[in-house]
Amino acid sequence: MSDNSNSFVRHEMLSERAPPIGERGVLKWARENLFSSVFNTIMTIASVWVIYSIAVGAAPWFFNGVWNAKTTRECYEILDGVNGACFAVLQERFPQLIYGFKYPSTEYWRPNLATILLLVALAPVLFRRLPKGLLGFSVIYPFLAYWLIWGGTILIPTVAFVGCCIGVACYRKFSSGAFVTAIILGLFSAYLCWFLGGYLISWNNDFLSLKEVPSRDMGGFMLNLLLGTIAVSLSIPLGITLALGRQSNMPIIKWICVVFIEFIRGVPLITLLFVANVILAFFFPPETSIDLILRVIIMMTFFNSAYIAEVVRGGLAALPSGQYEAANSLGLDYSQSMRFIILPQALKISIPGIVNVSVGMLKDTTLVSIISMFDLVGMIRGPILSSTDWNGVYWELFGAAAAIFFVVCFTVSKYSQWLERQLETGKH
Amino acid sequence: MNTSQISRRDNFQLSMLLNDKRYRSYTFQLFALIVLICIMAYLGKNLLENLAAAGLNISYNFLGEASGYDINQRLIEYDSQSTHLRAAFVGVLNTLLVAFLGCIMATIFGVTAGILRLSNNWIVAKLMMIYVEIFRNVPVLIWILIIHSVFLTILPQPKAFRGENPEASMLWDAFAFTGRGIYTPKPIFYDGSSIVIATFILSIIGIFVFRSYARKKLYGTGQLIETRWTSVAIFFIPTLLVYFIMGNPIGLEYPELKGFNFKGGIYARGSLISLWFALSIYTGAFIAEVVRAGIQSVDQGQSEAAGALGLRSNLVMNLVILPQALRVIVPPLISFYLNITKNSSLALAVGYMDITGTLGGITLNQTGRAIEAVLLLMLFYLVISLSISAIMNVYNRSIMLKER
Amino acid sequence: MIKSIIISAVTVAGLTAGAAFAGTLDDVQARGKLNCGVSTGVPGFAEPDANGVWQGFDVAVCRAVAAAVLGDSDAIEFVPTTGKTRFTALASGEIDMLARNTTWTFSRDVDLKFEFVGVNYYDGQGFMAKADLGVSSATELDGATVCIQTGTTTELNLADFFRANNMSYEAVPVETGAEAVTNYMAGACDVFTTDRSALAARRANMETPTDHVVLPEIVSKEPLGPLVRHGDNNWGDVVRWTLNALITAEELGVTSANVAEMAKGTKIPEMNRLLGSEGNLGEMLGLDAEWAHRAIAVSGNYGEIFENNIGAGTIIGLARGVNAKWTDGGLIYSPPFR
Repeated sequence: MSDNSNSFVRHEMLSERAPPIGERGVLKWARENLFSSVFNTIMTIASVWVIYSIAVGAAPWFFNGVWNAKTTRECYEILDGVNGACFAVLQERFPQLIYGFKYPSTEYWRPNLATILLLVALAPVLFRRLPKGLLGFSVIYPFLAYWLIWGGTILIPTVAFVGCCIGVACYRKFSSGAFVTAIILGLFSAYLCWFLGGYLISWNNDFLSLKEVPSRDMGGFMLNLLLGTIAVSLSIPLGITLALGRQSNMPIIKWICVVFIEFIRGVPLITLLFVANVILAFFFPPETSIDLILRVIIMMTFFNSAYIAEVVRGGLAALPSGQYEAANSLGLDYSQSMRFIILPQALKISIPGIVNVSVGMLKDTTLVSIISMFDLVGMIRGPILSSTDWNGVYWELFGAAAAIFFVVCFTVSKYSQWLERQLETGKH
Repeated sequence: MNTSQISRRDNFQLSMLLNDKRYRSYTFQLFALIVLICIMAYLGKNLLENLAAAGLNISYNFLGEASGYDINQRLIEYDSQSTHLRAAFVGVLNTLLVAFLGCIMATIFGVTAGILRLSNNWIVAKLMMIYVEIFRNVPVLIWILIIHSVFLTILPQPKAFRGENPEASMLWDAFAFTGRGIYTPKPIFYDGSSIVIATFILSIIGIFVFRSYARKKLYGTGQLIETRWTSVAIFFIPTLLVYFIMGNPIGLEYPELKGFNFKGGIYARGSLISLWFALSIYTGAFIAEVVRAGIQSVDQGQSEAAGALGLRSNLVMNLVILPQALRVIVPPLISFYLNITKNSSLALAVGYMDITGTLGGITLNQTGRAIEAVLLLMLFYLVISLSISAIMNVYNRSIMLKER
Repeated sequence: MIKSIIISAVTVAGLTAGAAFAGTLDDVQARGKLNCGVSTGVPGFAEPDANGVWQGFDVAVCRAVAAAVLGDSDAIEFVPTTGKTRFTALASGEIDMLARNTTWTFSRDVDLKFEFVGVNYYDGQGFMAKADLGVSSATELDGATVCIQTGTTTELNLADFFRANNMSYEAVPVETGAEAVTNYMAGACDVFTTDRSALAARRANMETPTDHVVLPEIVSKEPLGPLVRHGDNNWGDVVRWTLNALITAEELGVTSANVAEMAKGTKIPEMNRLLGSEGNLGEMLGLDAEWAHRAIAVSGNYGEIFENNIGAGTIIGLARGVNAKWTDGGLIYSPPFR
């Protein structure tokens, strides 16, 4: 029994044999993924051909590119008949593409800093894990950014900020009592503060003053970002309000919101920009002149808020009605139930949609080039293409514009997808 | 507030208008209405004052005056002596044309890319992903401009077709692809052509009748009738027969190089093609994502169950997955169609004479009637959008009924 | 922006109730800046250089007015306008004057309620074609494809010209001049039409200008000039006489180099009245005596402005032609300063 010397007992495992050559590594992968059927093979070959022809067409143009030249002619001379790009225009006109042609070059650090701070300010909003204390900075940020980008004395944004704070504080103090009274008191105190602050500003006009840059001097990609950011951040509260108004059971409020939303969503943004450009000035009092950028921001905010309202409405509709009933049965009033029960959940569902709409808004800011504003596309189509130096440089400029937008929008939409996954795992 | 106490006493106090839930909504609505009216009145007053100060007035009389400019692409009769109203109408038709073509093409691009993105062919799936990401994340205006210039530079100009040894030649002597547009042969209808067309339409109806008969037979008796080849036969044979019997009543007019340009045939202008292509490839990328999401939204179990029933993979797609996915796909699809219509207003970047180019462009410039022109422009788009969303609502309701 | 919100809030509150209607001149002086509408870029006439400073023939008029009114030729807000937006910008008060090669027509003057204060360039619409097309006259253009910049009088002239000559054509409307050139260069059209001055400017900018010919026909009259709103005659006078001062300066031989010298007083009475050493013309306009002196000092008299921006010595290379002063057989003529 113990001495079974004749029998063979394997004591160790045989090492695995390598799979047949067609079943492993690259070959297996290729067979399964690229050549699994006749149709697939054809598709693979077609795709490879597409990639190849694009590469053959674009590679020499790209790699022969000239990066140092002063004019198109110089560029052609360097290329000497070889097919190649004239990237020198990007180098020479880079500040114009990014900041427009009138933003003072000594002040470029200001928009740069504002952009970096924007990321800091957005971080606590975008990523929940970060300490909540940072939210305080997000609140201050708009005022800080205004000061950085437009310049002037720091007193203006400070007064505006203090006014807002006092208004909110006032509202808080009285909000335990009557809601409407609290709002009126809040608005009144804020207004009083701005009013007094106005005197302070006119009395001390250059306290901690940065060089003032008028709105008209903004341009390039900075203008796109500026318009996009302001319009998006203003339109989120407006959009939520509109969505709530549309859900409301007060017929007049509902009617106003529906008409507004459907009207804005029914017309192309470009017509709204025409309105901003050629009509809106007629609607303001004769002696005020509200500059174009502000009019465009108003229209873009309206436009974006209508879309955000629809996204939020979707979020509100997706909530089971039990949530509304539960909130009512707890005895919460409308604003309480919205604030504590409904909106937090509805907004959570809507965030990816809001981000998508906002990316769309950022892309749509390029339309301002049609109403003679020099944003990134406007800079290219206007001053750069018609300049004597850079006649006929087309692909390089639009390629660069496309690349800039791609990087920004792709990042944001990837973030939105990530957020969607995060939110999904949070749901049990 | 002690609403309960007040309501118990039931005597009305003024403060209840603000603080009692029952009355507050009325106060609030009234307040909103007053604010709205005040804003409107304020804006209206400013408008009137400003117009009076500038010595202008609002008048639509310009619509009846001769426009004085030409429009290259017109679907209806129009020349420079026609009225501005007619010019606007030409623009409306051009908008609808490019929007219609764009919707079809975008659906083709989108559905193809959406399905291919889920393909198990790695390289195809990745290529489609790159397509979707690149086109989704760059503004449509930039795409329109880039595609227009690609079109201009890559295709040969009519000049290249000229001479003894032309650099470019026509495809089958019938199609000319030039940077100015694409020329294709145009059918010319002689006497008797109406009969051929009628036959053609009848045979298409016949195909549908035959198919529904076959389906009824299948469901009723289980008898499978071959439909594919019979349909093909019905499609071609009667029409061709009538065509030859009537003595070739439909001819083709081929484009020819005459003078500066090609003449004859159907001429699709470069501006139309580049706008059409740009809008469809851009929107196609969005549709691809929706299609992908729609297909993925159908539970895996559905396709497994269909497979277990012995359906082949194309039937699984057609009979089981697509009908369910469509419910997810169609509502956003319609809003993308709406987007194409609205984005077609960017036509003026490539010089396509749509409504924004005629009424909102040259007419506005020539007459200086900015307010009137822009209002009419918005009205037109509003009507289009509202009718499309009305259709969408009808559809949504119809699929909602089918749900449990 | 927040500032303007505060300001408008204050305005709405009625603190500045009953804002009196002030003239444009007072507005400009109170603001300390002249809002001048220009084009988005026509080489030689108005274009920002690499440093973002606006340069050109039209821009020089703005600068002269700013110098006359404000004493600072840089106190200008240049507002780029397109063909579509220029008139509304002016009508709505966004700009104080428009200097954007705009044709003086009846309907613009009467129906749109603008006041053209003069003509600073007499132009006419022409055609440019590639030399190898073998066209020598615009009457041979039957069936041609024509690139045209929208939003101008050119498309009406084009329609009229081809209609009058019983020819057909295919218009390719393009939004900006630069894009029109891009289309023309790529061969999307056989000819490019616009004002001949702009044609010359565009041609000069091409890689090989000799490959392109400007056809001899002039199909329209295009008197280009600065304009202001109807109804504010005082402001119209300021702009008109600033332009006239530049023209008179050329007639009298006042240049940017010698204007300081001349201003001290000369034997020529009109020059003295112009430059303020005699009479009180400036006061009549509501300006000081040195207004014309400053306007001329910015970039010289009309002739200098012409030569430096678009003249034969520049890359654009336009001859004076009908734009010579009247004593040389041209049309440039100023009413007397008296």
